[in-house]
Amino acid sequence: MSRAMNRVVVVGASLAGLATARSLRVQGYDGELVMVGEEPHRPYDRPPLSKDFLTGTTDVADLTLESNGEDLGIDWKLGTRADRLENGKVYLEDGTSWAYDGLVIATGARARTDVVGARLDGVHLLRTLDDALALREGLRRGGRVVVVGGGYIGSEVASTARAMGCEVTLLVSGTAPLHHALGPHAVVVSDLHHRHGVEVVTRARVTGIRPSGGSLVVDLADGRRLPADRVVLGTGAVPATAWLAGSGLELGDGVRCDATGATSLPGVVALGDCSAWFDPALGRHCRVEHWTSAVDRAPIAARTLLGGEAPTTAPRRAPYLWSDIHGSRIQMAGHAELANSCAVETGSVAEGSFVAVYRRRGHPVAVLGVDQPKHFMSVRRRLVSIPAVPSLQGASA
Amino acid sequence: MIPACPLSALPRGEAVRVDADVPIAVFHTEDGEVFAIDDTCTHQDASLADGWLEGCEVECPLHASRFNLRTGAVDAPPAKRPVRTHQVHVEDDMVYVTLSEEEPNLPPGVSAGSAGAAP
Ligand SMILES: Cc1cc2nc3c(=O)[nH]c(=O)nc-3n(C[C@H](O)[C@H](O)[C@H](O)COP(=O)(O)OP(=O)(O)OC[C@H]3O[C@@H](n4cnc5c(N)ncnc54)[C@H](O)[C@@H]3O)c2cc1C
Ligand code: FES
Repeated sequence: MSRAMNRVVVVGASLAGLATARSLRVQGYDGELVMVGEEPHRPYDRPPLSKDFLTGTTDVADLTLESNGEDLGIDWKLGTRADRLENGKVYLEDGTSWAYDGLVIATGARARTDVVGARLDGVHLLRTLDDALALREGLRRGGRVVVVGGGYIGSEVASTARAMGCEVTLLVSGTAPLHHALGPHAVVVSDLHHRHGVEVVTRARVTGIRPSGGSLVVDLADGRRLPADRVVLGTGAVPATAWLAGSGLELGDGVRCDATGATSLPGVVALGDCSAWFDPALGRHCRVEHWTSAVDRAPIAARTLLGGEAPTTAPRRAPYLWSDIHGSRIQMAGHAELANSCAVETGSVAEGSFVAVYRRRGHPVAVLGVDQPKHFMSVRRRLVSIPAVPSLQGASA
Repeated sequence: MIPACPLSALPRGEAVRVDADVPIAVFHTEDGEVFAIDDTCTHQDASLADGWLEGCEVECPLHASRFNLRTGAVDAPPAKRPVRTHQVHVEDDMVYVTLSEEEPNLPPGVSAGSAGAAP
């Protein structure tokens, strides 16, 4: 170890923070480990919050991320947020401050609330367990639900609310739900919504939400007014880094890190939704909001913190994410934006079950699968990592 | 004891799903060992035979939980409960599986006979 490590402070008690704590212990760190979390809960899993946790198929106990009897020797500081980072100390809202030898920043992201009326009764966000419990209660009452958001969470909540018997309208600003993520294949999601009775309004610009006679009205820029009993805002998330202002850390869209999680301050690493690691495949910093990225990077960040120097670059796996929409499993891996060709290789988009392979100069760089887990995995395992194939580097496709 | 498949039909690094009341996954590792565990992930309804086999571990194809093939233990979350392991022996190129007598740890919403019903 390049510096004496007696106390590591982890800020953010969720997926990335817990995974890093585990990695630190596995890698032999046996000093003090303090974990600070704003939420009162022990680390829990967020993906089910928009899926079967809302319907009630899984419950709070199913969400915990620690395994039974797991004891990492953590000194938990839950229900209190870190307010600032200054001169090698973390200052908490409860008045205490913690000097550290190593600091792990894993504060994740917060749901965007930049819509007029976002704080009204009946308007829901979906980021935390408490958000999900409130939304579950609301959806159980049925009625008209307007979901705002063209990303995964918007489509997942729309499908779950529909399954729970609500009348659902999904508002997206682009030409189709998930168009940004899936390009031309996004039609599969529009078809699913159509078949399951979710009304999709495209190119919708919400100007505000207002109360109206005991319920709500969503105003659109084109003059349309949509009545709703509840509104769910799934309009994306921003990195939870406001507390780091003035810390000297380099911040962009998230805490800027090199390809090993090191930040611009010595002894400080960051990972998960709050961070933007340098991605050698893309040649730029990139903030990734995927479950598996947070987990895959934990051992790397832990090694950086303990060793102080770059770990040997182990072969990196391509980013991977999944989604469940109206019972269909959507899986995506790799960097589709690097591809210059794409072809459906199994099944068909029209039938809603297929595998599409994205290639750059003939090499597979990304794969999308809908209800094809086996074929999806066989391609995912063959994805080429761009830095490993020098001839694929460079801007021209 | 169930005859699962001929060993010669299961190359190293591959897995096969054997249909049964509770489906079974048989793995042939790169080192040449053969293991059998319950095919259904204990987290949700996913087939571990479709997973990512590495060494003596399989990673669930859906949410990346990792299970030790020898012990069934969870090596990485989100799954929390182990999978059952079954005894395997190979005779005249045939892989035979002797089912565990423990209760399977099926995920919420899945019961014996319905595992793998989802696509
Ligand atoms: C509803 C929902 C569904 C999702 N579905 C999927 C999916 O299907 N597939 C997928 O790949 N990903 C999905 N994700 C994304 C995935 O959950 C995230 O990538 C993952 O949670 C990131 O983990 P993290 O630890 O970096 O951040 P978070 O899980 O956001 O945790 C950060 C923690 O830090 C705490 N915190 C913030 N600021 C402070 C502070 N100043 N002091 C102390 N504590 C603080 C927060 O309260 C929070 O508990 C989903 C996310 C949500 C919200
Ligand atoms: S289904 Fe296996 S990890 Fe979720």
